[in-house]
Amino acid sequence: MAIATADIALPATKRVSRGYWTDVGRRLSRDPVAMTAACIVLLIVLAAIFAPYVAPADPYKGSMIRRLKPIWDANYILGSDELGRDMLTRLIYGGRLSLFMGGLPVALAFVIGSSVGIFAGYVGGWANTLIMRTIDVFYAFPSVLLAIALSGALGAGILNAIVSLTIVFIPQITRVAEAVTTQIRTRDYVEAARVSGAGPLTIIRVHVLGNVLGPIFVYATSLISVSMILASGLSFLGLGSKPPEPEWGLMLNTLRTAIYVQPLVAALPGAMIFITSISFNLFSDGLRSAMEVKQ
Amino acid sequence: MLIYILKRLVYVTPVAIGVSIVCFLLVHITPGDPLSAILPSDATLELQEQMRAAYGFDKPLPVQYALWFWKVIHGDLGTSLATGRPVASEVGRAVSNTFILSTTATLIGFTFGTFFGFVAGYFRDSWLDKLASGISVLGVSVPHYWLGMVLVIIFSAQLGWLPPTGAGPDGSGGWRPDLEHLRYIILPAITMSVIPMGVISRTVRALVGDILNQEFVQALRAKGLGEYGVFKHVVTNAAPTALAIMGLQLGYLLGGSILIETVFSWPGTGFLLNAAIFQRDLPLLQGTILVLAMFFVALNLIVDVVQTALDPRIQRG
Repeated sequence: MAIATADIALPATKRVSRGYWTDVGRRLSRDPVAMTAACIVLLIVLAAIFAPYVAPADPYKGSMIRRLKPIWDANYILGSDELGRDMLTRLIYGGRLSLFMGGLPVALAFVIGSSVGIFAGYVGGWANTLIMRTIDVFYAFPSVLLAIALSGALGAGILNAIVSLTIVFIPQITRVAEAVTTQIRTRDYVEAARVSGAGPLTIIRVHVLGNVLGPIFVYATSLISVSMILASGLSFLGLGSKPPEPEWGLMLNTLRTAIYVQPLVAALPGAMIFITSISFNLFSDGLRSAMEVKQ
Repeated sequence: MLIYILKRLVYVTPVAIGVSIVCFLLVHITPGDPLSAILPSDATLELQEQMRAAYGFDKPLPVQYALWFWKVIHGDLGTSLATGRPVASEVGRAVSNTFILSTTATLIGFTFGTFFGFVAGYFRDSWLDKLASGISVLGVSVPHYWLGMVLVIIFSAQLGWLPPTGAGPDGSGGWRPDLEHLRYIILPAITMSVIPMGVISRTVRALVGDILNQEFVQALRAKGLGEYGVFKHVVTNAAPTALAIMGLQLGYLLGGSILIETVFSWPGTGFLLNAAIFQRDLPLLQGTILVLAMFFVALNLIVDVVQTALDPRIQRG
C-alpha cells in the first residue's frame, strides 16, 4: 500500500517542487478578492510616492474665495477644503503620511516583536516567564487606550505617534511569535538537529525561522488595517500630524466643521482611510488562506 | 471552582500591579516635569522647588510610586491640575456615561453579530455567507470615527431626525433612561456597535461551522432529531465562547471609546481623556487610564471565570 502511494505520488512531487512560495503566489493570484485589494493598495501607495507628478495642484496653496467647493466643480474634481485647497491633491499627498504612520509601527513591531517572541519561545524557562508576564501587562490595556495614553503622555507629534503605536503592537506580535516558536521547538526535527550537534543559532536560522516567520508575517499584515485606523485616529484627535500637513485623519478633523456645507467633501478623507484599511484586511485574509495558516 | 477562582486571582495580581506601574510611569515619560505644564513660564526656581516638594516630585521614583499606590488603593487618585477637583469623582461621573454607551453598543453588536454569524455558519459558502462575512469585514475595517461623522451627516445634518452631539437636551450632562435622552444615544451606540458586531459575527461563524462538522451533530441527525433540536445543541455549544468574546468586546469599547466620544461630544471617559491630554492635566490622564485598565483586567477575570463555569470542556487546572 505504502509503495503504491509512493509510486503514484512521484510525478506529483515533481510538480510541487517549485517551492512553497511559488505555490502561495499561485494560490493568491487565483483569489480575485485578494488581487483586487492588492491592486487598490498598490495604486494608493504609488499615487502617494509619485504625488508631485500625479496631483493636479499644490497641496498647501489655498484660495480664500474658493473655499468648500463641491465635488465635480469646474476647477476642483473632488471639491476644495475649508481653506480652498484642492481636495484630490491633498488626498493623494495625504496617503504619504497616513501610510507611513500606519505602516511603520507594524514593520517595527514585526522586527522587535518576532525577535523577542522567538527568543522567549526558543529559550523557554524563567526567561520566557519573565518576558511573557511583562507582555501580559501591556496586553491588559485595550489597544486604543494604550495608544492614546502613550501619545497623550509623550505629547503630540508624528514621531511620538509612531512610537506609541509600535509599543501597542509589540506585545501582540510577541505573543504570536512565542506561541508558534514553542510549538516548533518541541518538533522531532529540531530535537534531531540538536542531537546531531547544531548550535542554537543554527537551529533558529535553519529550522525555526523558516517555519515561524510565515504565520507571524500573516498576523502582522492583519494589523496594518488596525494601525492605519489608529494612526489616523491619533491625528484626528490632534495627537499625530499638525496642520497644514495633508494627512487623512487630520483632514477629517478639520473638515468636521464643514459637514453642514459640503457633507460629501467632508467625508472624503475618512473614505480613503476606509478603502485602504479594508483593502489591507482583504489582502491579509487572502494571504492567510493562500499560506494555509490556521487561525 | 473556588480553587480555580483563587488561582486566577493569584495570576491576575502581578498583572494588575504591572498595569499600575505603567500608569504611574506615564506621567514620568513626559518631556520635562509634570508640573512644567501648569507653572507659569516666569516662575522662580524657588517656587518651582516648593511646588515640586508639595506634589512629591522631588522624591526618588520608587518612593513616589509606593506613596501613589498607597493612596490609590484607598481610593485617592490625586487632584486634577486643571480643575482642582479630586480625580476620582471626575472619573466616576464619566465612567457611568461611558459604561451606558458601551453596554448599549455591545448589546446591539452582539445581537446582530450572532445573527449574521449563525446565518453565515449555517449556510457556509452560500451567498448569505458571503453577504454576512462581507458585513463583518466592513465592521472591522471601518474607521469608526468616520462612520460616526457619516451618520451625523445623514441623520442629523441632512434628515434632521436625531441630535448630532451631546448626551441629552441639557448638553453634556449625564445620561438618563428616558425617551428624550434615548434619541441622543442612538447614533453613538450604533457607531460603536459596528466593531463588536464584526468581531462577534466572525467568531460565531467559525464556531457554528466547527460544531456542525462534529460527529455528535451527525449522530443527532441520524437518530432523527429535527433541525430545531440540532439548532438548540449548536447554541448551547457556541454560547460560552460567544459570551466570552462579548465580555472582552465590552472591555475594548470601555477603553476605546475616546474617538467616538470626541465625535459625539459624549460626556464619558474618552471626553475626559481628551480634555486631560490637551490641558496637560497628567493626574487626570493617569487616573482615568488606571481606572479603565483596571476595569479591563477585572472584566477579563470575570469572563474567564464565567466561561469556565459555563463550559465543562475547559480544564479547571
